[in-house]
Amino acid sequence: MIPNNFEYIRANSVQEALQLLSQKGDGARLLAGGHSLIPAMKLRLNAPETVIDISGIQDLASIHRDGGRLHIGALVTHRTVETSDEVKSSCPVLSEAAALIGDPLVRNRGTIGGSLAHCDPAADYPALTLCLDAEIEATGPSGSRTIAADDFFVGMFETALQPGEMITRVTFPVLTRGTGAAYEKFSHPASRFAVVGVAAMVTLDGSGNCSSVRVAITGAGPSVFRATKVEQALTGKAPDEQAISDATQDVADPADLMSDISASAEYRAHLCSVLSRRALQRAVQAARG
Amino acid sequence: MANYIGSSLKRKEDRRFITGKGTYTDDIVLPNMTYAYIVRSPHAHARIKAIHADKALAHPGVVAVFTGKDLQDDGVNPLPTGWQITDSMIEPPHPVVAVDRVRYVGNPVAVVIANSRAAAKDAAELVEVDYEILPAVVDATRAIEKGAPTVHDEAPDNISFTWELGDKAATDDALSKAAHITRLEIVNQRLIPNAMEPRSAIGDYHPARDELTLYTSSQNPHLIRLLMCAFVLGIPEHKVRVVSPDVGGGFGSKIFHYPEEVIVSWASRKLGRPVKWTAERSESFLTDAHGRDHYTVAEMGIDKDGTILALRVNTIANLGAYLSTFAGGIPTWLYGTLLAGQYKYPHIYVQTKGVFTHTTPVDAYRGAGRPEATFVVERLMDTAARELGMDPAELRRKNFIPADAFPYETPVVLTYDSGNYEASLEKAMQIIDYQKWRDEQAKARNQGRLIGIGLSCYIEACGIAPSKVAGAIGVRAGLYEGASIRVHPTGQVTVYTGSHSHGQGHETTFAQIVADGLGVSPENVEVVHGDTAQIPFGMGTYGSRSLAVGGSAIWRAVEKIREKAKKIAAHKLEASEDDIVFEDGKWVVKGTDRALTLGEIALTAYVPHDYPEGLEPGLEENSFYDPANFTFPFGTHIAVVEIDPDTGKVQILRYVAVDDVGNVINPMIVDGQVHGGLAQGIGQALWEGAVYDENGQLLTGSMMDYAIPKADDLPHFEVDRTVTPCPHNPLGVKGAGETGTIASTVCIVNAVVDAVSHLGIKDIPMPLTPERVWRAIHGK
Amino acid sequence: MGHTIKVTVNGVTHEATVEPRMLLVQFLREVLMLTGTHIGCDTSQCGACTVLVDGVATKSCTMFAVQADGREITTIEGLAANGDLHPLQKAFWEEHGLQCGFCTPGVIISSYDFLKRNPNPTEEEIRHALEGNYCRCTGYQNIVKAVKKAAQSM
Repeated sequence: MIPNNFEYIRANSVQEALQLLSQKGDGARLLAGGHSLIPAMKLRLNAPETVIDISGIQDLASIHRDGGRLHIGALVTHRTVETSDEVKSSCPVLSEAAALIGDPLVRNRGTIGGSLAHCDPAADYPALTLCLDAEIEATGPSGSRTIAADDFFVGMFETALQPGEMITRVTFPVLTRGTGAAYEKFSHPASRFAVVGVAAMVTLDGSGNCSSVRVAITGAGPSVFRATKVEQALTGKAPDEQAISDATQDVADPADLMSDISASAEYRAHLCSVLSRRALQRAVQAARG
Repeated sequence: MANYIGSSLKRKEDRRFITGKGTYTDDIVLPNMTYAYIVRSPHAHARIKAIHADKALAHPGVVAVFTGKDLQDDGVNPLPTGWQITDSMIEPPHPVVAVDRVRYVGNPVAVVIANSRAAAKDAAELVEVDYEILPAVVDATRAIEKGAPTVHDEAPDNISFTWELGDKAATDDALSKAAHITRLEIVNQRLIPNAMEPRSAIGDYHPARDELTLYTSSQNPHLIRLLMCAFVLGIPEHKVRVVSPDVGGGFGSKIFHYPEEVIVSWASRKLGRPVKWTAERSESFLTDAHGRDHYTVAEMGIDKDGTILALRVNTIANLGAYLSTFAGGIPTWLYGTLLAGQYKYPHIYVQTKGVFTHTTPVDAYRGAGRPEATFVVERLMDTAARELGMDPAELRRKNFIPADAFPYETPVVLTYDSGNYEASLEKAMQIIDYQKWRDEQAKARNQGRLIGIGLSCYIEACGIAPSKVAGAIGVRAGLYEGASIRVHPTGQVTVYTGSHSHGQGHETTFAQIVADGLGVSPENVEVVHGDTAQIPFGMGTYGSRSLAVGGSAIWRAVEKIREKAKKIAAHKLEASEDDIVFEDGKWVVKGTDRALTLGEIALTAYVPHDYPEGLEPGLEENSFYDPANFTFPFGTHIAVVEIDPDTGKVQILRYVAVDDVGNVINPMIVDGQVHGGLAQGIGQALWEGAVYDENGQLLTGSMMDYAIPKADDLPHFEVDRTVTPCPHNPLGVKGAGETGTIASTVCIVNAVVDAVSHLGIKDIPMPLTPERVWRAIHGK
Repeated sequence: MGHTIKVTVNGVTHEATVEPRMLLVQFLREVLMLTGTHIGCDTSQCGACTVLVDGVATKSCTMFAVQADGREITTIEGLAANGDLHPLQKAFWEEHGLQCGFCTPGVIISSYDFLKRNPNPTEEEIRHALEGNYCRCTGYQNIVKAVKKAAQSM
């Protein structure tokens, strides 16, 4: 319950945070909403020497739409994503998914940047980010770069962020007519992390066939991954119930999945199929408007 | 005069809780207080080779570091167990702090005491313990196999006791002749209680007065004082005060005398400063006594026409690493004696082996033995009905003890006081519309949907216990309850009870009893509990005994007050004692309007200028009530569930509970008790379960892993009652704290199995996680 | 090591020097002696420590006291105005929404935040809103009733 001692510094700007990060080196951790870092510190599983509190950086706490892109600042809380009118109209699946993260109190403080940087294998945002082909803006001492979601998630608690970099914003596509997305989550009864969570996005062409399909799965493996077999099986096809059902028979190989006391790899593989089917059905429905 | 008994009076205690002014043990801060942090074994089984405390001692703020040897050398005795199950029960010593061997993860190894919590915790990380890791055994069925690691040298086969009850020969004979035998293998999994308030204790020793006060989050402060003074520390009881202030839930887990109570008391005496310890939740998971953990084989013999002939039960009960305070009694006397359920089958035989393992000690958890017994009986009833092609309600009805058979003596030594089992079954079936759901189920099956209906007709023995019976079954204590009533000169009343409320609402219920009994408003009745310095003596709260035993003790004291008041009234009203009656809350001269209130009588008693000759002044009475029998609440619960065939996830569509707890003092509080019990029982059925790995590491050691039901997991419960008063206590009450837990676990399991029985599924082990249900459905 | 912070709690501004590692809940309980806010777990699950931080329900075990610098905190002790119970407090009392009382302050504060955002909730919405608050006594039924009742009278 009582963390190890550490040095606390509040950063009031991204610049300041980056300077502190480079100055303090490996022993420093950024504190945003704190809902991954502080629990780990309380159990003394994580004992940073320096905690750089970025939670007050206002620049990172806003949402804005810029044509076909929806920019969400790294410090935007799950609650804000859940309730934002802008998100609800531009990319409703994000609001829907944010409402399933943790519990209401966690959502009041947890942030999208924190969740992605922490990269818990059972977190929800990685699935959304990957499925929606979002871009993560990482800012470091030499400026900002954009990392495609496909390149961001490297492994369990491991991202493409370099030492000294921080996430500053996440950019999602605005979902327009013909594109729909959905998130299906099977929650752990205690932690409310995803035992398996599947996000699916479908774009339909003029004749109602899938011109593009993206499916991303969290919770099941050591890191979020795309269900490429499903995507390929449906691309170019009419996504009727049968086609979706056929495409989602064998979504994941149990050998690639996690097995623990909450679910075996075999059951997780089964959930990958069931939830992919459900998510795709709803995504298609949304795409049809 | 208002009749408070039977009314849903709002709780008197609530104002402090809803305004944040409760006083739980960790809220108490004493001058010059120190904080203890306990170094615990990370290994399930190891020899302690050496403990190096120098670095910890040198840490800023550290006051002392103590090891098990320090306590032992100072004459601290092991913790006692309070229930001797057989003459030959093996009872190995249970050191407060381990001396040479640790036997479960979490076993105390050393104690660091510092000026702040943080310093104590930081320094605890600096205590170096050299362990020689030894092989561990966590599963009781494995522990009794040849060659299994031994927990205690005193019990080379890891068996503490083998206990049996009932006529084995007659049972075997009946089973051999039965037309049908229904057999089940049951794992009643281990549970972790998780009262919301983590345990806490403060030892506060005043050297100049040689007095020790122990504040502790306990369900029974007198019992703790007795055990600690007489058995562990060997200090005189009159110099020790134990206070259990507001306690944030117990569910059994705060009955027991825990090492930390001794540690803070002993250390405070050593240091002459208060010492506080409060569990972190991770410690609660590892060290609060766990519940259940049975492996059982049960066979029921049934005649062709559905008459049940006999029940044979063999249970292996995991006791954990040491015998906790009531450990032995739970899987034996509180379990085997309930195996008759609501039924009249003539032959029962039960054998229980109590087994040591390298796990946290196991003891009473809400229901304690009775949910396990109900699970065995009611799983068998549902299974047997299916095998015989009978409706499960019909099979039960056929075998019920009839309403006119009470008092009814079972083949397993209990005499049920009163009951009407048919009535509660009928009522529950009517509320839920049983036949409609059977039709619904058939329709659903045709559509590929899985709907199940589960029944549970349970019996409970509570209000423990007649002291003579307790003695006969090996309890090393009497199980009466104490009460004292002090009427103040102005007519207000203070009630001192040996029961302890940690959520049950005694301050209200007991006030209602006294208000009616003495003709005062509940506002003018204060109930004091949880302080050995104020209360004559008490056995505490567990086994749904507070109202039946503690409430009855209060009623006896009320009667004594009334007797004395009558004498005073007769004198004052110049009437004969025989002509004074207690009516409408006053002492009245029969047939007249001449009357005195309690206030008038009390004033006379304390200002006895004009007073009966020879009568002592004052108005205060003590009572010790020893019950004549257990009480036997009963009822029927029915659940309807639907299973998602894709994922195996269970949804509860309806849950109806019809309970009979005898007379009800406060219906609102009783309903609340039932709701909470249901949540815990359903929790066991669907989500909860302790999991150890083979090395004895607890894998469900946090609220991230161990699933306690949340608001959105549970349905709206439909709670109703029948009322069959208890014939042998003055209030006619039975006890309501555990019915929900006892009935609901098996009710849900029966419903889930019922939903999938047409697929050839006979059983699914608890907890019925989606994966387990999915595996059953798909034969995986 | 110490940081000096200025925090307004239940309308009263306090200045104190705290170690960075001190959690907000410890600051409230051990420095300000506001012991109505409880600690029920160490993994940020149970919600017994819920307080309002600038009006937003927050697990005070998952925030450092230094982070509360300059903020307004409301704890259960600050909910009743001038001795009048808040409608939520009343409703919990009337509907028997508590038993041992340990989780109660957190549940009430969470519900306060929830009702602000959703003044007319359904039973299902209330149950979801309480996902972050464990209660081991009540089975939640009367808590749900109490929140509903409070919604009607707020």
